[in-house]
Formats: sequence, structure tokens, C-alpha cells
Amino acid sequence: MSTQTVTQAPAKPRTLVEMSWDPITRIVGSLGIYTKIDFANKEVAECYSTSSIFRGYSIFMKGKDPRDSHFITSRICGICGDNHATCAMYAQNMAFGIRPPNMGEWIVNLGEAAEYMFDHNIFQDNLVGVDFCEQMVKETNPGVWEKAKHTEARHAEAHGYKTIADIMTALNPFTGEFYRETLHVSRYTREMFCLMEGRHVHPSTLYPGGVGTVPTMQLFTDYLVRLTHYCEFMKKVVPLHDDLFDFFYEALPGYEKVGQRRILLGCWGSFNDPEVCDYKYENMNAWGNRMFVTPGVIVDGKLVTTNLVDINLGIRILLGSSYYDDWVNDEKFVDKDPLGNPIDQRHPWNQTTIPRPQKRDFNGNYTWVMSPRWYHADEPGDKKYLALDTGGGPIARLWATALAGKVDIGYVKATGHSVKIYLPKTAMKPEAEFEWRIPRWSNAIERDRARTYFQAYAAACALHFCEQALKELHAGNTKTWTEFKVPDESIGCGFHEAVRGVLSHHVVIRDGKIANYHPYPPTPWNANPRDVYGTAGPYEDAVQNTPLFEENGPDTFKGIDIMRTVRSFDPCLPCGVHMYVGNGKVLETSHSPMFGMMK
Amino acid sequence: MSAAIEPYGRTTQKPPAIKDVHILWITAGLGCDGDSVSVTAATQPSIEDVLLGAIPGLPKVHLHNPVLAYEVGDDFMKYWYKAEQGLIDPFVLVVEGSIPNENIKQDGYWAALGADPMTGQPIKTTEWIDRLAPKAVACVAIGTCATYGGIHAMEGNPTGCMGLADYLGWDWRSKAGLPIVNVPGCPVQPDNFMETLLYLLYQLAGLAPMIPLDAELRPTWLFGKTVHEGCDRAGYYEQADFASEYGSPKCIVKLGCWGPVVNCNVPKRGWMAGLGGCPNVGGICIGCTMPGFPDKFMPFMDEPPGSRLSAGTVGVYGRIVRKLRGLTNSTVNKEPKWRHTGTELTTGYRPRAF
Repeated sequence: MSTQTVTQAPAKPRTLVEMSWDPITRIVGSLGIYTKIDFANKEVAECYSTSSIFRGYSIFMKGKDPRDSHFITSRICGICGDNHATCAMYAQNMAFGIRPPNMGEWIVNLGEAAEYMFDHNIFQDNLVGVDFCEQMVKETNPGVWEKAKHTEARHAEAHGYKTIADIMTALNPFTGEFYRETLHVSRYTREMFCLMEGRHVHPSTLYPGGVGTVPTMQLFTDYLVRLTHYCEFMKKVVPLHDDLFDFFYEALPGYEKVGQRRILLGCWGSFNDPEVCDYKYENMNAWGNRMFVTPGVIVDGKLVTTNLVDINLGIRILLGSSYYDDWVNDEKFVDKDPLGNPIDQRHPWNQTTIPRPQKRDFNGNYTWVMSPRWYHADEPGDKKYLALDTGGGPIARLWATALAGKVDIGYVKATGHSVKIYLPKTAMKPEAEFEWRIPRWSNAIERDRARTYFQAYAAACALHFCEQALKELHAGNTKTWTEFKVPDESIGCGFHEAVRGVLSHHVVIRDGKIANYHPYPPTPWNANPRDVYGTAGPYEDAVQNTPLFEENGPDTFKGIDIMRTVRSFDPCLPCGVHMYVGNGKVLETSHSPMFGMMK
Repeated sequence: MSAAIEPYGRTTQKPPAIKDVHILWITAGLGCDGDSVSVTAATQPSIEDVLLGAIPGLPKVHLHNPVLAYEVGDDFMKYWYKAEQGLIDPFVLVVEGSIPNENIKQDGYWAALGADPMTGQPIKTTEWIDRLAPKAVACVAIGTCATYGGIHAMEGNPTGCMGLADYLGWDWRSKAGLPIVNVPGCPVQPDNFMETLLYLLYQLAGLAPMIPLDAELRPTWLFGKTVHEGCDRAGYYEQADFASEYGSPKCIVKLGCWGPVVNCNVPKRGWMAGLGGCPNVGGICIGCTMPGFPDKFMPFMDEPPGSRLSAGTVGVYGRIVRKLRGLTNSTVNKEPKWRHTGTELTTGYRPRAF
């Protein structure tokens, strides 16, 4: 059964209607969501998340040259491919025993910061934003639209939109002013990315050992000028989203329950600090804790660890409802990590991927996504395998960073309960400091809100990285790459934050070739199905707990609250779900008040 | 309305041969949606330029792409069913991602889009291509996966996947007589795709002749030159001045760049707004636009076998040329000797009045 919030007994007898959305659009990749909805009680009773694509990276990478892994794995994802390339490069650095020159690391950090700035921006306001636009709100909650017309935006002077309805109109696809402005911003931020990593979305200038980018005054000037434009843009966007999201709590009391689940968040850390990061596994805790986004696992609001070694050891890949055979009797590639800790057979280092295509069966196997879990000995029984989610990335990153209280670079300060983000004066706007405070819930609105704040966070970090890179340049330190030799036998792992959350790459090298390679991107963590213990994946779990505020009945139902829930996780399924509204067929009628509990 | 108040210049505007055209864009091949994302980066023209009718003479374009669509689920899929029933006509079918071989296994699916209302089972991507390709006015394969197979068709892959032309046949013609149009790149260079789409829209509007394609079905004006021919580091090559480590501004052919033999315009065009690219900014060309990608270019970071001979041959000539140019360069770096202070004019002019 589900380990999450206990659903209250429904007031009225349940009549479940099967509804599905397949494909879910305005995300990257193939996702279907299949639900059973109780319209009388206005809630979702069951949800199944399914993905309809299999490609087989871990299969066709076997036997290939380990230097090729970042070029290959970039192609896993068409929006955050560079996060894969970067993570693969981190794993190569560990496996090859190399440390890039400082300048190389700053260039990678600047590229990855641009990726966060671009990707969160386009997803938030060209894809998620449409769920909050005039056209959508009118079609799903006409009452809310009426209220929005008469609600003044608190920060109108900062963003220029007088009412909440004005913001919603500006978000209309293609015709909306803010929608189009965001598209434009998504372009110059990608130009910033291309300056550092060559091409978006599959970089050309990353290598094990550093980068091929030539560090010049022109490079950093071209980047910095665009960055200042983005800083100015953020001074408008943060208050704009605060106004929009706060309005939903006001207009629809109880909206905090939409997409809410138990606080189980993972963040694998981002932006290495070249002063300390030597890519040695033995020192991983030390350099992980110096990352400019602190890694961490958060359980019920408490920070369980910030140690990347603990994080690594806890990863388990469970089967359950996916189309794969078990590998428990296959070869064990890594018995112990370099510190002597035992490595589980269900750890990515030891995984063997054995696809078995089959019919989709929601009572059996129904997706190509496996179920990653994080083993936490403090939990009881089979609850030890935590279904961590990433909350789409930013909420987990800000939460872990805030609680850990380690990051302090002037532009960003983690306080133990919040993160302060400073943006200096720009052409038309004065300096500004934003403070992201740990929210009361892990829910759809807070996942979305954190995304905006993290855009500002990434910009603030980029200002710091730019200063550091210029310092190196002024000192004449223009070397960007360290030579290396591929060892015959080695293992490596990389930890990074893809835009939408945790990312790890695990590699085993034998005879100078890849013997095993398993990347774990954020979406498998979020979009996975029920595991062998029956624990639902985070999308399923979050949707199952969702009350419905949409004013439409079954005949014209759009599922907007479900869409907002799923999209709050920033699904990206080349790495890993389908939502499906059937024909509104009544499935079963149950008078049991306990049906809201699974099993 | 009286003709008198119409602008005279309106006579320049002709209504397109077709009023509306739909673009049905399947991203459910084995891909990464990177080409859809790439297209949002285009500015020449941008996606909104095309959808909002910014360019005169074109039909009204209705885009159905899952990454950008307003509609979800069945609301989104209804266009696919309508197209299948001939209720949307004309439409251009864009295919993204490589086409898996669904015939090599007993059951299940490698790639699918939507679900069959009768059985509840996913509808295979190949099934959609079979249903829609015969009705499309044109079929466009976007990105190297859809054009030639790409990364997911690498040796040792479990899905047996291939490019669209491998699946439909290289001599396939649409009902309007167009071959498959391939716009490769991993991902596609943003403006390369939008420019090709624009050409097809002109062609459908009756404003352009048949799109010129090469034997690999690529637009000739985009893929007729090599990376090297457009690379701003080719001058280093000519002077046999090769980089020995990444991060150098010199020619990186010895570090694994395949530019001299790869059909692609990226170094010339840049990635976006003229910025970025591959060898021009320090990234080895791994041949990502080519039918032989990736296997024929791996391991990527080794020097291409052919370049040892060619780069060696250019060595003697290149070194002499570099030396001579160095001498000339230091000469042209000096100003002519008559630019000086003092009381004497040495420019060659003989003054008569001062």
C-alpha cells in the first residue's frame, strides 16, 4: 500500500470513472497517466504512470570506449542532454583519475548555470504556464477567472501586470506577451549555454578532463552581458510568479493539497568547486559538501544526509511493474566501493538491463520505467525503500541547500531555513534580494514556485562563476583541459542535478572498455510505477492524493489539477510516464469508504 | 469594400495555393525530443513567426507537436485520428526519433503514441507512420535518429531501429510526389529545420519549385559543403598548425575532428545567432549529421584514420606557408615610415606653396 498521506474516508459513495491522458503534452518525452476518478467526492482514487518508449542505452554502451560515454549519454535527453554529458564527464574524471584545471570547471559551471536558466524558464512559462493561462483557467475554472479579473497583483510595480487576470492573459500560448518574452529569453540563455558548451542540447566542447572552449575576454563578456539581461528579467519574474501562485491558494482554499505528498526529496548536488573537487571517490563527502548546490536527502522535512557516499550507497533499483527481467542472478560487477563499503546487487553499478517487451497490464507490468528507491535503514520493514522524488528539481535543491546552511558566496546564502539570493543593479532595475523560505508542503504550487526562485539562484551563482573565471583569465590561467590515460580496470560515478532533479551515472571499465553503464536521471525517480513492495511512484502517489477543484464534470473534464500535479514534477520522459482520460467509462461502483487506501 | 481605399501595394500579395496546412509532428520515435526543443531556439524563422503568419504568402499553419501543444491526451490525439480519416488535408508529417523494428519480438512495443480505444494497448509509432504517411502531402524526418537511425541504432542496440527512409523505402514518394525530406543533426541545427520547413511551405503555397535534395535526401543548400569548408579554424589546417590539447584555438583534426569529411554547415552558421558550433569553438566534429553516425566515427576522440595522411601531406607546404606569412605579417604590422613628427615631410609630396 501507499506509504503516503492517508486519504480521508470519502463522504459520498464512490463511483469511479476511468480517465486517462495519453500522451501528456507540454513535457519532454512519452508519458501517459491513467486514473480512476471519484467525481462525487472530487478526488483521484488511483493513478498509474506509464512510459511508451524503450531505447536501451545501458545495453548498446557495453564494449564501447569509455571516453565516448558523455557524447553518447547526452542523447538520452533532448532538453537536459548536457546535464547527462556533464555527469558522464564527472564519472569519467573519477574513473580516469583526473582533475580538470580550474578554468575548465568554471566554464562547465557557467554552461550548466545557463542550462538551468534556460530550461526552467521555457518549461515554467511556455509549458507549465499554459496550465495557468487565461484560456485554460476560463475552460476549467470560470469562477477563478472572474475572481482573477478583480484581484490586483501585489507586485504590479515590479512586473507591470495590474491584475492576476492580466498575468494569465500574458501566459496564453503564442499570443500572450509574457509567453513570447519567455521564448525570447529561452533563446539568449541558450546562446549563453552555447558560448560555454558549444551547442544546445548536445554539447560539443565537453571532454573528460575539462573543456575545449577557448577562454577569452570575448567569451566571458558575451556571457556576462546576457546574464545581466536575465538578472533584470528575474527581478520581474519572481514577483510575478509569487503573485500568480499565492492567488491560487486564495482563490481555491485547499489548493495546497493538489499534488501534495510526503516530504521525501532527493538532491544530488550541483556545481563543483574546483578548489576542492578532485573527483576521488574517497574524498567525495568533502567535495560534495562544497558544491554550490548542496546534495541531500530530506525525509519529513529533516535532512538525513549531505554525504554523497551515503547517497550513493543507498541507491536501489527495484523492478515491480516494469517490462524487465530481474538481474539478481547475473554478474556482480562491484563488490565494494573504494572505501570498502559493500555494494548491493540492486545498485546501478551492478545492474544488468534485460528488457522483456510485453502487453501493457495495469494489474501487472505497465511501463518501461523501473523503480529507483533510496534505502533508509531508519524506516520500518519494506518501507525502508523510500520513493524519493525530485519535485522537478528546484524544490529539492533549495530545500537541501537551505537546511544544510553551507553555501555562502555573497550572491547566495543558505541560512538553515531559507536561501537568500542577491541580484545586483542592472540597467533599468535596482538591486534585489529574494528569499526562498522552506514551504509547509511538498505540493504542485510549491514545486512550481521553487522553480522560479531557482532560476534566480542559478543566475546569482553564474555571477560568482563569471567572477572566478575572469580572475583565472586575468592571472593568465587559460588551461582548460587535463590530459589522461584510460585505465584498463576502473569504476566511476558522477553525481549532478539535471534540470528536473537528481542525476547519477555509474560506470564499470574492464579491458579499457565499458563493461557496465547505468545512468539514473530524475524522471525514473518521479515517474516510476508500483515497485515490488507495492509502493507507488511519486507521480502516482501525488496524483492519488489530489482533490479536484476543476469546475467541469466528467463530460468536459480536462483534469487540470492532475495536469498541474504531473507537470509540477517537470516530467521528461526520454529519461523515463502516460496520463489517459478514457471515454469516461464508469468502471466500478464501490460503497466501501476505505477505497481511497490502495490495496 | 471600394478599391479606392485598398493600398495600391496589395496587388503584390497573392493568396497561397492552399489556405491552411497542418503539421503533425510525431516525437514518439526512439529519440530524445531534442529536435523539437532545438526548433524552439530557431529565429530564422522562429516558430512563432510561422504560426502567427509573420511571413507573407504562406498558408495558415496549424502545429500539432506534443512538446508545445495546448491540448492533452485524447484532445491532442484527435488530430491524428482526423488525419487518418482524411479530415485534415493537407498535412505535413514530421517524424522525430528512429523507427524501431517491432517485428523482432513476440509481444509488446518499443515505441508508441496514444492507446487503442478498443484494446487499451499502446498504438505503436510504426502503426501511426503506416496510417499517416500515405495521406501526408510531405514527410519530413527531423534529426539524425529519424533520418538515418542515429545513436539509438548503434551497434549492439536491442531495438533494431532505423531511419524513416529505411522504413518507408528510399524511393518513397508522398501523394504530392515529394520524396522524404531529411534534415539531419544531433540535434538538428535550429534554423536548418525551420528554413527547410519554410521552403516546403513556399512550395505548398505554389511559390517555389520542388525542394532540391541530394542522394541522402538532404536539402542541398544546407548540406552541400563540409564542416571543414565552413570552419574558421581551417586556416590553421592550411598552415599545418594543429592543436595537441583541447582548449587550443588551433585546428583540432588530430584530436578527433571529422570536419573535413562531414556534410554540415554548423561552423559556418553557428549554433544559434551565429554563436557556438563545433570545431569552430573547440568541439571535435563527431559526424552527427551523417548516415554513418555514430559507429563510423567512434571512438570519437581518436584522430580520424584518413587525417593522418592528409594532415601529414599538408605539413611541409603548411610549415613553409606559415613561415612566409609570419614574415609578411610582421611587415604589415608596421606603419609606413613617413608617419612621424618633426619638421620634415617624407611622404613623397613635393610642396610648392609651403
